[in-house]
Amino acid sequence: MLDSLSTRLQAIFDKLGGRGRLSEENIQEALREVRVALLEADVNFKVVRAFVDRVRTRAVGQDVLVSLTPAQQVVKVVHGELVELLGGSGHRLAMASHPPTVIMLMGLQGSGKTTTAAKLARLYTKQGQHPLLAAADTQRPAAMEQLRTLGAQVGVPVTGAPGQTPLEICRAAREEAAARGLTPLILDTAGRLHIDEALLGELQAIRREVAPHHVLLVVDAMTGQDAVTVADRFNQAVGIDAVILTKLDGDSRGGAALSVRHVTGRPIAFVGVGEKTDALEPFHPDRLASRILGMGDVLSLVEKAQAVVDQTKAEELARKLREDSFSLEDFREQLKQLRQMGPLDQILGMLPFGKMLKGAPKDLDGESAELGRFDAIIGSMTPGERRNPEVINGSRRQRIARGSGTSVQDVNRLLKQYAQLRKVMKQFKGMEGKLPRLKNLPGFPTPRG
Amino acid sequence: MKFLSGLGDRLREGLRRSQEYLAGGLGAVLETDRPIDDALLEELEELLIAADLGAALAADFTNRAREEVMFGTVTRAGQLRPLFRRFLVDMLSPAAQPLNLDHRPAVVLLLGVNGSGKTTTAAKLASSLKGSGKRVLLAAADTFRAAAIEQLKRWGERIDVEVIRQAAGSDPGAVVFDAVKAATARALDVLIVDTAGRLHTKTNLMDELVKLRRVIERQLPGAPHETLMVLDAPTGQNGFAQARVFHEAIALTGVCLTKLDGTAKGGIVVRIVRELKVPVKLIGLGERVEDLQTFDPQAFVDALVGEA
Ligand SMILES: Nc1nc2c(ncn2[C@@H]2O[C@H](COP(=O)(O)OP(=O)(O)OP(=O)(O)O)[C@@H](O)[C@H]2O)c(=O)[nH]1
Ligand SMILES: [Mg+2]
Repeated sequence: MLDSLSTRLQAIFDKLGGRGRLSEENIQEALREVRVALLEADVNFKVVRAFVDRVRTRAVGQDVLVSLTPAQQVVKVVHGELVELLGGSGHRLAMASHPPTVIMLMGLQGSGKTTTAAKLARLYTKQGQHPLLAAADTQRPAAMEQLRTLGAQVGVPVTGAPGQTPLEICRAAREEAAARGLTPLILDTAGRLHIDEALLGELQAIRREVAPHHVLLVVDAMTGQDAVTVADRFNQAVGIDAVILTKLDGDSRGGAALSVRHVTGRPIAFVGVGEKTDALEPFHPDRLASRILGMGDVLSLVEKAQAVVDQTKAEELARKLREDSFSLEDFREQLKQLRQMGPLDQILGMLPFGKMLKGAPKDLDGESAELGRFDAIIGSMTPGERRNPEVINGSRRQRIARGSGTSVQDVNRLLKQYAQLRKVMKQFKGMEGKLPRLKNLPGFPTPRG
Repeated sequence: MKFLSGLGDRLREGLRRSQEYLAGGLGAVLETDRPIDDALLEELEELLIAADLGAALAADFTNRAREEVMFGTVTRAGQLRPLFRRFLVDMLSPAAQPLNLDHRPAVVLLLGVNGSGKTTTAAKLASSLKGSGKRVLLAAADTFRAAAIEQLKRWGERIDVEVIRQAAGSDPGAVVFDAVKAATARALDVLIVDTAGRLHTKTNLMDELVKLRRVIERQLPGAPHETLMVLDAPTGQNGFAQARVFHEAIALTGVCLTKLDGTAKGGIVVRIVRELKVPVKLIGLGERVEDLQTFDPQAFVDALVGEA
């Protein structure tokens, strides 16, 4: 989203003209924006209410730091509070002193338990462990086959056969793990509704008799307001030790995480970021906080950018942006660097303006042809046109299209995206004080002072 | 639509369960004779937000209520519920449309994000169509997810409907091609295509879907006759982004709202209907084959704001 929270807050404070100290009155309106941002991010409305009250108390009376505007100061407070509420990062699942360590996954239908089970198994394998997967979803057709296929992919044995009850499967799996010296044992259970008493009873029985060390609730990051009810019911009925947030590779803002944290008080251990078995990452509260606030997952992006970006080039680019001399040549350079950072759809998904670049090459495999076209188009321009694209009129567009073997529509699309990117970058100048590390990102201006 | 049983007790029962939560709260806000003030309107707004209608839409409804209060058409809190019901029913009524299956074969393409309920919906729909005397074929075009083909195959056995499939990892386009060919050659009534779950942000997967659609279209001009996005009721505001992007890419003819048997209200469809004008064609109320229903705006709204 282009009008990120900070831009909207900026507008409010511009109107109020407030500077110096944050007063009750001048943050009132700002907090209304914060409220809307959190609701749009699917944070439960009750959690939002509590949160906004908390932030108000924290923010009122604070001096505005010299380096920040009042809007940035509010964002800083809000962001800080969010990070704190989301909990510490990298929650580790402790290994039991008497193996096997047993991890049970539970959640609603379709939340991603089976895939997550395989991802966890892979992760532990990478850490030198020898896990065992138990297929205890006897409900959904072919759920056991799904786990077996995934187990084979990650090289982890899968136990459990149809005809047994889930409890029998889990119990036998525990014995098997102990006998074969396999740990951790990961239990994949059937998806169920949080109001299905009979099926919750089944989980209670497993908890009682198999005594998992870690009971994890798997929650879809796209979940809306109902996340509180779901988490609360599972927590009351079975008990939750930690949470895994799945499908964060989309563009949902993930506010459900805050709701779940709020009602259970349990940490978020991992986040799922893709369909492949390696797409499981440790949880970073600061990143999710930015994302919930609509500021994009800027820190992840910075990390990736730092890995590939040539520092001098980045500074050069930042200077050009300041001077507003960002040319098509630079645009081409940008696209190249972005592509080095990984699948572009992931990168763009992390940015608040990711949607702006719709139609740009977003995927390495699928759309390299598109980048090739862009490359050819810019290549067919005169140096003057690249520096100063405003001169590219209709007849020049036709010439460029002919020269690059593309169509006028392709040329138009490129020019439009270039214009959009420039616009976006101008917006980003407003964020520079708040996000100092952005200086390392290609195309983002170096903060002054 | 005759092939689906009407809105029976099952739906009401399912909706009532989800109603406990919101309607309980709404009743508490509205049933009192308390004066209509800002605090009350704010609570109202929050109750709509709690149903996933989104902050903007909830504010919009609340402002309209505020206007009615200003004009004096509403004076007591108890009158707000019928007012909200009317707003919502008016908005959703155009969205209750039957499936367009007046072709032979009629092709139904199911799509949506991961885990929303596509495969189950494919099976449920196949079963209910078969029950109404139609000759149905299923196509397992999710060749990507582990055991997805097996899942649909099991359903096919259970409901006695043939499933066109190939090996895991094969080209979904080829599966669909075979299926359309088979359905046409045998002059079947309906072909239902189950596709792999995909996030709307994955360009390459969206392209694959567009290609799939093109394969169908080329073979059978006018098809697919229904392109349904399967959306699960617990989905929050992201459901709108999903619908918008899928709609832009492939032109949806409707939404199928699943998992309404939980406590989530699926209020995001109100926004989808209003802003994208995409109708809601089916709702899912459970995991069994009989748990598929047509969309009834009245019953849906009753679950949102409580029954009269
Ligand atoms: N409670 C409930 N569960 C449902 C409903 N529809 C589907 N499910 C369950 O949701 C889970 C996922 O359903 P699937 O049909 O496999 O979903 P899908 O969209 O095909 O999933 P992928 O192909 O993995 O993307 C299964 O456990 C289904 O039984 C419904 O209306 N209510
Ligand atoms: Mg499926």
